[in-house]
Amino acid sequence: MPYLGSEDVVKELKKALCNPHIQADRLRYRNVIQRVIRMSKLDQWGQAEVLNFLLRYQPRSEEELFDILNLLDSFLKSSSPGVVMGATKLFLILAKMSPHVQTDVLVRVKGPLLAACSSESRELCFVALCHVRQILHSLPGHFSSHYKKFFCSYSEPHYIKLQKVEVLCELVSDENVQQVLEELRGYCTDVSADFAQAAIFAIGGIARTYTDQCVQILTELLGLRQEHITTVVVQTFRDLVWLCPQCTEAVCQALPGCEENIQDSEGKQALIWLLGVHGERIPNAPYVLEDFVENVKSETFPAVKMELLTASLRLFLSRPAECQDMLGRLLYYCIEEEKDMAVRDRGLFYYRLLLVGIDEVKRILCSPKSDPTLGLLEDPAERPVNSWASDFNTLVPVYGKAHWATISKCQGAERCDPELPKTSSFAASGPLIPEENKERVQELPDSGALMLVPNRQLTADYFEKTWLSLKVAHQQVLPWRGEFHPDTLQMALQVVNIQTIAMSRAGSRPWKAYLSAQDDTGCLFLTELLLEPGNSEMQISVKQNEARTETLNSFISVLETVIGTIEEIKS
Amino acid sequence: MISQFFILSSKGDPLIYKDFRGDSGGRDVAELFYRKLTGLPGDESPVVMVTSGGRRHHHGRHFIHIRHSGLYLVVTTSENVSPFSLLELLSRLATLLGDYCGSLGEGTISRNVALVYELLDEVLDYGYVQTTSTEMLRNFIQTEAVVSKPFSLFDLSSVGLFGAETQQSKVAPSSAASRPVLSSRSDQSQKNEVFLDVVERLSVLIASNGSLLKVDVQGEIRLKSFLPSGSEMRIGLTEEFCVGKSELRGYGPGIRVDEVSFHSSVNLDEFESHRILRLQPPQGELTVMRYQLSDDLPSPLPFRLFPSVQWDRGSGRLQVYLKLRCDLLSKSQALNVRLHLPLPRGVVSLSQELSSPEQKAELAEGALRWDLPRVQGGSQLSGLFQMDVPGPPGPPSHGLSTSASPLGLGPASLSFELPRHTCSGLQVRFLRLAFRPCGNANPHKWVRHLSHSDAYVIRI
Repeated sequence: MPYLGSEDVVKELKKALCNPHIQADRLRYRNVIQRVIRMSKLDQWGQAEVLNFLLRYQPRSEEELFDILNLLDSFLKSSSPGVVMGATKLFLILAKMSPHVQTDVLVRVKGPLLAACSSESRELCFVALCHVRQILHSLPGHFSSHYKKFFCSYSEPHYIKLQKVEVLCELVSDENVQQVLEELRGYCTDVSADFAQAAIFAIGGIARTYTDQCVQILTELLGLRQEHITTVVVQTFRDLVWLCPQCTEAVCQALPGCEENIQDSEGKQALIWLLGVHGERIPNAPYVLEDFVENVKSETFPAVKMELLTASLRLFLSRPAECQDMLGRLLYYCIEEEKDMAVRDRGLFYYRLLLVGIDEVKRILCSPKSDPTLGLLEDPAERPVNSWASDFNTLVPVYGKAHWATISKCQGAERCDPELPKTSSFAASGPLIPEENKERVQELPDSGALMLVPNRQLTADYFEKTWLSLKVAHQQVLPWRGEFHPDTLQMALQVVNIQTIAMSRAGSRPWKAYLSAQDDTGCLFLTELLLEPGNSEMQISVKQNEARTETLNSFISVLETVIGTIEEIKS
Repeated sequence: MISQFFILSSKGDPLIYKDFRGDSGGRDVAELFYRKLTGLPGDESPVVMVTSGGRRHHHGRHFIHIRHSGLYLVVTTSENVSPFSLLELLSRLATLLGDYCGSLGEGTISRNVALVYELLDEVLDYGYVQTTSTEMLRNFIQTEAVVSKPFSLFDLSSVGLFGAETQQSKVAPSSAASRPVLSSRSDQSQKNEVFLDVVERLSVLIASNGSLLKVDVQGEIRLKSFLPSGSEMRIGLTEEFCVGKSELRGYGPGIRVDEVSFHSSVNLDEFESHRILRLQPPQGELTVMRYQLSDDLPSPLPFRLFPSVQWDRGSGRLQVYLKLRCDLLSKSQALNVRLHLPLPRGVVSLSQELSSPEQKAELAEGALRWDLPRVQGGSQLSGLFQMDVPGPPGPPSHGLSTSASPLGLGPASLSFELPRHTCSGLQVRFLRLAFRPCGNANPHKWVRHLSHSDAYVIRI
């Protein structure tokens, strides 16, 4: 930001953010921060940038916190969504100790977010929807009264519709369930099969809370006799029966007739499972299964055959007279003619099981038919706001947490590529989530000429001897405050190939740790970390067996980064 | 921060490519991006994409793009940045390029490559935004925009967004607003023009019994100014305009909106007392004010649809009679009205009886599309459509059932434009310029009101 960067105040802030000595002087530090916030004539990019700097600031007292929040209040009313979201994130992070402030901020950001959700720019709309979902995870009722804003219109692109369906599914409440279900029902007959199926799954999700209404809608959908709808409805039924046993009766009544409209593997498996487990309540279950058994030769999916074996055996236990013949034929086919080994083995297994005796089979196969507790487990519990505050206004909610985890894992592996340039620490001043910190740490060893060799464990004796024989090459003091976990430090050091030789117990004063590392030329670095009681500084002494300042400096910068990172995570 | 920026045509040809940080593989990212975009499975989100696998230079690079007038504007970054800011930057860039090149499109971009690069150089430095204000940038930009064809007064064929009508009911050509901002050196005479648009976007949901379920109005006041920067102008809004639920102004119904946000350059000193916005707009396009209104519309809805559906399950014959009533005042009219009605699967033949010859109806993608190019206020139009719905015969037919419509029919959605109409009732009372150019004629001021909708849904 050249225009911002040339401002004296910003220069000062940058200096303060990097320099522990200025930070130690709380009054001066606070003064700088306040002047930066008060800086006038910032355009929206400048404001966003300032908000980004401030993420790294930690107010000391509640009074100071509210000072800053008051100063930043106007940012929340900005007309630029980027600034509003940046301010929201900063508020959420600064106020992590006071949940009522956080809730208050989320209420205030509701308006801008909803405006972005119905904005003409589809891309902005999509990103806003992703953030709405993120908020809903913590505050399920937050957007309930605005459910109409999330109704889809046919001209919207697919990815927005899918997001909106997800949002609708998550914000459903007693007041709006009727309207939301009616809307979702309309989507189920959409021309796009994908969208229709997503809507049906969404109704299935809502059914866990509002079972009766949803089962009724799903049953009506079966009347359409369309393959892509029937198969998804039956799959939804299967999951539902498992989680909400009270709807079994209704589902069993709806099932007859479905088999004509199911062609794909997933749908067939679900139907056969239902017929097997709840066959005693479905009058024509044996005859439907018999049809499947008749056509088993032309069945292409092994998974369907496996399901068919299990279901036939289960149904045989409850309705032996009608199933004996069919089961016999199926077992014969699977053992004698089937080419897929897994199916054959399953057939043989059941055959031998039957030889042992019917009681044994019952004991093994008649497991519980539903498990309502699973629903509670599967249902993501309300997550605290703090768990995602640092992800707000980043790409994480857009990708989804799970997808993001895989992305950053790949990136982490890739960062070891020495050709990648080192990102300056200021450029990386974005959201500092712990994973990212580790990545930054990982990339650093490759940044300079220094290359530390992994798994070079020295014995304690050898370390002691070398330590005593060498002179201190470098001594430095880093700021350090509060509690900390030696394990975390040890792990972080391991990541950059620095081994811990010995370490005091957590909490003991003075606290000491001895570290060793070796680079690819064989140069040894021995380090002592010392934390004096009552002192808020960590003293680092490094010894080197070959005097080379260049590598020494890179080693120290690695060490500094690791310690700095730990300090950040801690705070 | 931003590593690269590029513009692709709708066919994927790179028009503009700029690398800001040199930390990435090279030009072939553009190709990679287009391959990813076209190869997307249906349910993935194309706004933000990440590269994985492939050549390692491109690994873990995030693509964030917007589509604007048929072009893809893409930035890549390897950091976890704020998506809101980036999307804002992209749309700001689109506006800027539009301002400088006249309009944004494949043709104008490829004619003005040098200008675009010059702009990008000034806007972004090493991937950081420096400034996006037209004011600041005009000091640095030297290249003149190449305009495709000379500005002609006879080009009145289509009405563009800006400048359809004036207060003096003169007509400005549609291309009037689509010229570069910085044509200062060429001709002085055409410079003094201001275009002000009040544009509202309506989204409505009406239940099958005719009751209103949802109304949403998103409005903006957009300004495109060709005046020299720093000239002050005052925009007077309807005096009865009030914000929030409680406030009441004037007598009569009042014009109420739920939320308003203003551009940061707007001076609101006179807003409370007289509803006047004062601003010194920079040259180029600017959104002066945004507002939203939901649930409570002062004027009646522009359209009502009275459908009646007859379905004979036995023979599969489906008869849909649609009556569309336009509730606007009789002097105003709706343009480009299109009704979209999804039909049950497998509908084949269509026979139609329409009430006037200029209408058109056809089957497209499993839906009925009924085009009405022009609907006069107060008029009523109707269409009778007969279709065959083949497929497995349902349960035993009950003869001609009038009430139960087949599943998969509807809801109907309308899209339309309403020139000279704002749903909220907000009007621009006046637009006054403090600026008096010496020697030149008075600046031209063009004010236009427009409502449009592409989500006017009526359940059947």
